[in-house]
Amino acid sequence: MQTIVSISNLSKTYASGHQALKNLSLEIKRGEILALLGPNGAGKTTLISIICGLVKATAGSVTVDGFDNVTEFRKTRSTIGLVPQELTLGAFDKVINTLSFSRGLFGKKPNSAYLEQLLNDLSLWDKRNSEILALSGGMKRRVLIAKALAHEPDILFLDEPTAGVDVELRKDMWALVKKLRESGVTIILTTHYIEEAEEIADRVGVISNGELLLIDNKQSIMHKLGKKQISIELKNTISAIPDSLSSWSLELSGAGGQLTYTYDPLNSDIDISGLMDAVKQAGLSLKDINTSQSSLEEIFVSLVKKKS
Amino acid sequence: MSINIQAIKVIYKYEMLRAWETMLQSFISPVISTALYFVVFGAAIGSRIQEIEGVPYGTFIVPGLLMLALLTQSIANASFGIFFPKFTGTIYEVMSAPISYMEILIGYVGAAATKSLIIGFIILGTAGFFVPLEIAHPIWMLSFLILTCITFSLFGFIIGLWANNFEKLQLIPMLVITPLVFLGGTFYSVSMLPPAWQTVTLFNPVVYLISGFRWSFFEVADVSVGISLAVILLFLAICLMIVGWMFKTGYRLKQ
Repeated sequence: MQTIVSISNLSKTYASGHQALKNLSLEIKRGEILALLGPNGAGKTTLISIICGLVKATAGSVTVDGFDNVTEFRKTRSTIGLVPQELTLGAFDKVINTLSFSRGLFGKKPNSAYLEQLLNDLSLWDKRNSEILALSGGMKRRVLIAKALAHEPDILFLDEPTAGVDVELRKDMWALVKKLRESGVTIILTTHYIEEAEEIADRVGVISNGELLLIDNKQSIMHKLGKKQISIELKNTISAIPDSLSSWSLELSGAGGQLTYTYDPLNSDIDISGLMDAVKQAGLSLKDINTSQSSLEEIFVSLVKKKS
Repeated sequence: MSINIQAIKVIYKYEMLRAWETMLQSFISPVISTALYFVVFGAAIGSRIQEIEGVPYGTFIVPGLLMLALLTQSIANASFGIFFPKFTGTIYEVMSAPISYMEILIGYVGAAATKSLIIGFIILGTAGFFVPLEIAHPIWMLSFLILTCITFSLFGFIIGLWANNFEKLQLIPMLVITPLVFLGGTFYSVSMLPPAWQTVTLFNPVVYLISGFRWSFFEVADVSVGISLAVILLFLAICLMIVGWMFKTGYRLKQ
């Protein structure tokens, strides 16, 4: 896939001395959904703010569609839509007016048909003449998305779009994001919710302390860094693991009723049927077998922990 | 170099719409205040001071009152226009749009200056009800009016960028501008002051604004009209330089 945003050796040190980004490089591909995961203060919002022109980089460069985001800001910004983390809206503005304002700011001529379609897609058409003040939190967030899309951008940045929203709205947001991607929009979202990245992202990047720890295809990360476990439930409890099974590095748990085997799925030497045979030969009767794989969340936590 | 005309238009329209929606506060309130000045100063004091330099007192104070309203309204409109989006955080949208600083300035300052001009014309019309009014140099009067609105809207814009709370937003208009206007010859001629105070008054830049503006009405001035014009243009240049520096450094806009 073609690169649409290229970030090269980006650093940001605020006046307070806090170094929010440390020599970060990243390529965002056209048409993908990229999730940036990271704990609070990791530098996710700073990164987005620099790309969008809200914060000045201390060093490094950003190009959007091949254009430098400082010297050719008109070209880069006109292709970007930004949904900020906070619900920053003019309380007394009418929904339709605030959308027209956003569209005009980005140099686009009025297009009432497009705005109507957009409001319908976001289930806001009925509220077009309502003041923002009168809308619920979920609706306000949708207005922010509508504002970011009002100028028909190719790239959409969503800074923690589902922070503090209920499960139903979160799922609506995910559906919307997927729909936008289908229409060709490249989406970059920051989130605390690993399940969100797991659910909708094509690629996942992990940022911690201003550094990009990892970026890869979601499946590939889980494949490379994930662990699999087999839990063997025994019919009768045992007090210790039989000597004949010592080479398998099993763990005994569940008051002696469960054996757990953790392995790397990429290791081709793993012989699961051999394990089953060994358990049988040790005279143990099986009651049940479960398998599980570590989640993105566990991978994320272990990565961030390792770094800190 | 392309210009984002649409962006200028929407900022301008948004600001004008805000004034329209708060009509009472934006347009009617300054007219009532000025009418009260006419009643108190024009009718009550005017009955004791017959005329100044051949001009009836009630008529004499019209340019000063207009200048008082223009200065305070220009500053208030422009400072609030840029301060409020900063305060609520909605400024992010303007700052992330493909719009240059000059275009932002034209949108906000243009709207603030337009509102002040409208108020100026309304007050001028209101004054006509209270006192007989003739304008000796209408073109000059209009030029002073427009220049003052633009210059002080620019000054208000600077205050709005500088202020990071509501107290600071009010600080300069209340503690600096209002006293300067009141002591700048709004209600009297500088020549009526004792010689020592006349010299002190000449350090007040508002004296030059009011004097030049008054000259365009009655051909009566405390200082030469050329100097008045030069002072306004100098202040305009200083404001543009400060705004330029603020934008270049991203002062209170970009970290």
